[in-house]
Amino acid sequence: MAQRIVAVTGNEAVAEALRQINPDVCAAYPITPQTDMMQRFATFANNGKVKTEMILVESEHSAMSACVGASAAGGRVITATSSQGLALMWEILFIASGSRLPIVMPVVNRALSAPLNIHGDHSDAMGARDCGWIQLWSENAQEAYDNAIQSFRIAEHMDIRLPVMVCLDGFIISHSIERIEYLDDDAVKNFVGEYKQLNPLLDIEHPVSYGPLILPDYYMEFRRAQAEVMTKVSNVILNVAKDFEKISGRKYGLFETYRLDDAEVGLVILNSAAGTSKDVIDEFRNKGIKAGLLKPRLYRPFPYEEVGEALKHLKAVCVLDRADAFGASYGPLFMDIASSIYPYKDRPILINKIYGLGGRDYLPEHAELVLNELAEIAKTGKVKTFKEYIGVRE
Amino acid sequence: MATPLSLKELSKKEVLLTAGHRMCSGCGAPPVVKMVLLASDYPVVASNATGCLEVSTCISEYTAWKIPWIHNAFENAAATLSGVETMYRSLKKQGKIDKEIKFIAFGGDGGTYDIGFQSLSGAMERGHDMLYICYDNGAYMNTGIQRSSATPLGADTTTCPAGSVVPGKLQERKDLTRIMAAHGIPYVAQASPSHWSDLMKKVRKALEIKGPKFMNIIAPCNRGWRSRTDDAILLSRLAVETCYWPLYEIENGVTRVTVKPKEKKPLVDFLKPQGRFKHLFAPENEWLLKQAQEDVDKNWERLLKEEVFTKPQEEAK
Repeated sequence: MAQRIVAVTGNEAVAEALRQINPDVCAAYPITPQTDMMQRFATFANNGKVKTEMILVESEHSAMSACVGASAAGGRVITATSSQGLALMWEILFIASGSRLPIVMPVVNRALSAPLNIHGDHSDAMGARDCGWIQLWSENAQEAYDNAIQSFRIAEHMDIRLPVMVCLDGFIISHSIERIEYLDDDAVKNFVGEYKQLNPLLDIEHPVSYGPLILPDYYMEFRRAQAEVMTKVSNVILNVAKDFEKISGRKYGLFETYRLDDAEVGLVILNSAAGTSKDVIDEFRNKGIKAGLLKPRLYRPFPYEEVGEALKHLKAVCVLDRADAFGASYGPLFMDIASSIYPYKDRPILINKIYGLGGRDYLPEHAELVLNELAEIAKTGKVKTFKEYIGVRE
Repeated sequence: MATPLSLKELSKKEVLLTAGHRMCSGCGAPPVVKMVLLASDYPVVASNATGCLEVSTCISEYTAWKIPWIHNAFENAAATLSGVETMYRSLKKQGKIDKEIKFIAFGGDGGTYDIGFQSLSGAMERGHDMLYICYDNGAYMNTGIQRSSATPLGADTTTCPAGSVVPGKLQERKDLTRIMAAHGIPYVAQASPSHWSDLMKKVRKALEIKGPKFMNIIAPCNRGWRSRTDDAILLSRLAVETCYWPLYEIENGVTRVTVKPKEKKPLVDFLKPQGRFKHLFAPENEWLLKQAQEDVDKNWERLLKEEVFTKPQEEAK
């Protein structure tokens, strides 16, 4: 289990994972804060460190379109994007998943325009959460690196064959230097193995047609089959995580729980802000308040049952969303958590906070504020506001 | 050795777009596709933009394509094929594939001139070894005859209908073939199914040249052109003979008009059999008819001049 310990940024760590994977084709277009990841990868390609053929496209729409073509042709394919780039790809995201193409795409999460903002929030990936892709979220650079490596095994699994997004927070993770443990090149190579596309377009002897028209007579059966595939993802992710633990010593599940088992109040939060929250939870535990945390890793398909089981015993839970869902009253993560606990008769009281939009800092005092409010709700059973923005000027 | 371009020899080759597809009877697009695929002696992988050709040839669980074929979306046939071609290069370099394969994208004028233009321009600039074929019927026929930037001046379409105030399309069509030539790619050509031998020679030439190639092929649509169902080849011939659709190629910057009509017919010969131009023959629209003829004359003259001044020095002497 030899590992190199390095100090690198999130972008650098993911680029390194992609170098170790050594895909056949990469189509990419620059966008902040992802750019630096693909620049690093292009440097690997142009210096012969990978066998990858680069397609330096003229837009993200063409990046995803070229990925679909390359993946159908038969090989390992990657791209990466952020924000507006992901929004521009949106149409083709559905085609990649509907065509069962195991493309891997790191998404360096960034706010959406207007107003234009290049900093971290989750609006981009949330806007693409229901497009049939698997979404893995990462708290820090280590998790982004580990998720990137595992994502190929998940995407290419014969029961799955679906594209995967690996989400990491723009700037906060993509551009901050952290201590990372890199696996050996050989360990990664053996872990991901060889990839063989089912029904590749380049198999001239066995011509296939990709992208048919399906009319009302069969469209619904096709969609239902796609939904069925989604139900198999959790199991594959857990099995891949087990294998990954063997080579890395690092444990992964569908989500992470932190001091949650005996907790009375809890936070549910994605990505980098979970780290800050854990520190504050420790402080509250020291004060005698039973606080805990749940951090989803697999966000799509969402493991509703498992998350519901993990949260059902709490008295009060706050879901913190780094994106709002305009007109839907609550943030996207809140709605998934609400769905998870809905089947239970005795369930925690749920509140929702919107935080950190467009790179606004999430500070320990924000977590403190929320945990104090939850402790009060747990005691009185009374809620003042179900949803509000925090860390914002009124 | 390549199959000789004789009808006798070609008739022995397998047709790679089978019968039983659901294109309208009399559509100009299937003959164009068949000719293109017959011209190739190499295995071909094709991509197809959303449009008539795509929706009518691969309705699950049937496909009319006997070659590997991919449809992605409306605006990305070029980008999609650039991905396929790049994977081919990658696998070939790795020794995982050894066959010589050619890559051809098919798109209508909507998917090529308009919504797919950026994707096409990008793929050509990047130098992918592929041939892009636009089958140009001059409007969004699949969605019901809406105006495109390939729609000819004066045409009646469902989004620029010939009305009492606006008599059809008021703009000249975009000259996409010349725009593609301006990309500096090694081969650009215009062809017509009426001149099958010329068309197939051009496809052959294109496939032998390494790098990005573009061909624009006229493909009459009797629904949109409001013409007889058995007139597709006749109309494409008239398009050539009136110099509305000149047959030419630009190979490494050298322009050559491949078919020069013995007698340049008046544009009205091409317009008259088509219902979409009927209103142009009303006295109040005479100016449009005049302008349309002037546009054709201007473009034809320019093309002939271009042929002269791009001729290599030695040949010119």
